[in-house]
Amino acid sequence: MASTDTRDARPKNDLAGLEAGLDALETTHSTERVGLGRVLLAKVVPPLVAIALVLTLWQLAAASDLKPDYVLPGPLDVWHSVEQMWLDGTLLGYIWTSVSRGALGFAVSVAIGTPLGLLVARVKVVRAAIGPILSGLQSLPSVAWVPAAIIWFGLTDATIYAVVLLGAVPSIANGLVAGVDQIPPLYLRAGRTIGATGINGIRHVLLPAALPGYLAGLKQGWAFSWRSLMAAELIANSPDLGTGLGQLMENFRTYSDMSGVLATIILILVVGIGIDLLFFSPLERRVLRSRGLLTKG
Amino acid sequence: MATTLDLKQSAAPVDTAQYAARIDHVSKSFGRPGAQQLVLDDISIDVAPGEFVTLLGASGCGKSTLLNLVAGLDRPSAGTIDVPGGRPALMFQEHALFPWLTAGKNIELALKMRGMAKAERRGEAERLLELVRLKGAYGKRVHELSGGMRQRVALARALAQDSDLLLMDEPFAALDAITRDVLHEELTRIWSETSVSVLFVTHNVREAVRLAERVVLLSSRPGRIAREWKVGIPQPRRIEDSAVADLSVEITEQLRGEIRRHGQH
Repeated sequence: MASTDTRDARPKNDLAGLEAGLDALETTHSTERVGLGRVLLAKVVPPLVAIALVLTLWQLAAASDLKPDYVLPGPLDVWHSVEQMWLDGTLLGYIWTSVSRGALGFAVSVAIGTPLGLLVARVKVVRAAIGPILSGLQSLPSVAWVPAAIIWFGLTDATIYAVVLLGAVPSIANGLVAGVDQIPPLYLRAGRTIGATGINGIRHVLLPAALPGYLAGLKQGWAFSWRSLMAAELIANSPDLGTGLGQLMENFRTYSDMSGVLATIILILVVGIGIDLLFFSPLERRVLRSRGLLTKG
Repeated sequence: MATTLDLKQSAAPVDTAQYAARIDHVSKSFGRPGAQQLVLDDISIDVAPGEFVTLLGASGCGKSTLLNLVAGLDRPSAGTIDVPGGRPALMFQEHALFPWLTAGKNIELALKMRGMAKAERRGEAERLLELVRLKGAYGKRVHELSGGMRQRVALARALAQDSDLLLMDEPFAALDAITRDVLHEELTRIWSETSVSVLFVTHNVREAVRLAERVVLLSSRPGRIAREWKVGIPQPRRIEDSAVADLSVEITEQLRGEIRRHGQH
């Protein structure tokens, strides 16, 4: 009665339609697909041109005989070194020795660094006690641990892994601490209101919210693992240890084989960048994109 | 007979039919002892089951603080708060949805925390999305939704807690006027379709009158109850209805009076 006479001018069930219209208007459609050709042009061509430029300059410098060939070999000489190792069938063995050490060291670092980081991030006393040490350790070059590790463990695999862990664990733990610190407090409040407290709060709110920072820490942790590994392999050289890229480079140095040294440097670089590009970067991009934190481009 | 009556009054003070929330002489101050600032002063409000109450006040009236106390996120300095239905649901000005989950999974997380079996969660999440008229949004990420859609998912998540009491902390303040108007209508519809009680905080007088059965005006610094109005205008209302406007003018006058007092010293 009272409701009909005042409201007759209004369509009865217009709310659903109104809302659907608003939703359609306010939702942005990003239907624009970037073609493969444009991606290649924008992302792949510039670095290739840069590399080609560097190689050309290098070749010119080598060809002009500024320095004797055993000091400054040309890119082709370096390429022949790599080719020779490939033909000998030893190349993949060297790479695998280093990569498997790096991967195992990194995995153990993750297993130690993750709970450590969580503890530092969430327990005030622990943070006060070891937080500064942990971030301080990051600025210590891990090569500084090598002499100590050799005295402790001798020329064994344990030395190599100890150096890798001391390099990577602080970096991974710090990444997680930073990730937790950057969580908007609102998420934690929202989590508590829906009843996600204690272990549930950590599993369903804290960890997923800290994931972007954690991934950045993992990425950096891998870089530290790889660097520390090379430092350890360069110094801890013994026939008992398998020959990784670091040891390979040291062997080339003792024979004054500059092409071999440069070839190894390039291999180390290529493996380090390759693993980042194949594994960490896509993972990070996927996480950021799914949260709308990455704009196309 | 007399003894049983006594028992009833003393041993069973929580009669769930009596109120959805009872705020009883609650005060709250912040700061160190000696330099304390009183934020809320002797607030008493009962929210009846199924009732829609808005808390209205200018900044500094402690309305969000009060809501946090009722939500159990903080403790009062004096007085008691009783919510017989258990932990209330809470909605914020920001949607506070988790960006690593889809809209549907956000709702399902609340269902999971409530203890619902896994097999039932998907269906219930779909039902709640349909209730807020977002049927196709189950698999959408939060960033793919508009502001109004996000707040509706947040409302669905709050309703997923199946609490008797829904606390809302200026949930529509960040939305544009058109969307806000639509969400007012949506909230009124959902409130009348469910048996949920709502305690809604706002600084917007018209919004308070548009939505509530009862408007409680708080004064600022410290927050005290200045006055209460029963809103007898039948639902569904519109924010531009003349009856809503008339009452809004009256309440605004009082609110301005409260604010003026602060400029006088």
